[in-house]
Amino acid sequence: MKNKILPFSIIFFFGIIFFIFYKGLEDSNIYTPDVKIKNDIPVFIAKDFYSKENINSKSILELDKFYLLNIWSSWCVPCRKEHPLLMNLSLNSKINIIGMNYKDNFTNAENFLKELGNPYKKIFIDFDGTIAIDWGAYGVPESFLIFNNKIVKKYVGPLNIKTINEIIKEIQ
Amino acid sequence: MKILKVILVIFLICPINFVEADINDMRHKITKNLRCLICQGQSVYDSDSEFANSLKLVVDKKLNVGLSEDEIYDYLKNKYGDWILYDPEMNKSNLLLWTLPLILFVFGSLLIFKKVSIK
Repeated sequence: MKNKILPFSIIFFFGIIFFIFYKGLEDSNIYTPDVKIKNDIPVFIAKDFYSKENINSKSILELDKFYLLNIWSSWCVPCRKEHPLLMNLSLNSKINIIGMNYKDNFTNAENFLKELGNPYKKIFIDFDGTIAIDWGAYGVPESFLIFNNKIVKKYVGPLNIKTINEIIKEIQ
Repeated sequence: MKILKVILVIFLICPINFVEADINDMRHKITKNLRCLICQGQSVYDSDSEFANSLKLVVDKKLNVGLSEDEIYDYLKNKYGDWILYDPEMNKSNLLLWTLPLILFVFGSLLIFKKVSIK
């Protein structure tokens, strides 16, 4: 009896190890931070894209309205891809799209908007990337759906048709 | 008189140098403990990505405002979660991880004691 327990337990032991490692293979080891939904959005002061005047975030984001804060840059390739979708979304009167121009050169950014259109109601500049960190963002593009000064949803990476539909459903 | 002047100059320079070095040391210590989220596996200190460079600026700003090391960690943990720290604190989810070696050690030593005392 004792002779049988040993091989059996060894097989069992290695079976478990194999299972754990096999599962681990499928896990993505790229970490994306949890979205702190229902967190109050940070208050900040930034420069307006066109007028270069300092604006307070409180004056842009009103209550009882949906806003999509989109972090973009002219040097970011995925931004170019998601831009037509933002143009489409800007036709929807229930949502205002706010742009955050991330670490960009003004002329390049202006050309980008001239070429692809401007879906943003207001754009402000994040020259050194510190405002984006205040928002808990870490790359471009990133989008935040905001309602009543709270983050409802956060999208890391370019928006696609599926996520746009999700946003439209949310603001209905 | 000359010696007095030299001493005065040294006296004036030294404390300022200490202060500067202190802030730099703290900055390096903090950024070495922060994980870059763009180039995962690298610390913010080592990385030159856009995110890491901005984060260095933020750490500088917070240090200048007078926040302590822990306060800066708390601020970033609130934004990005525990994962941003290379040296996370003990909490509910990793309590077992920290205490398991201790439990095994106690269990093992009890086992040995029993065997020895039987003999």
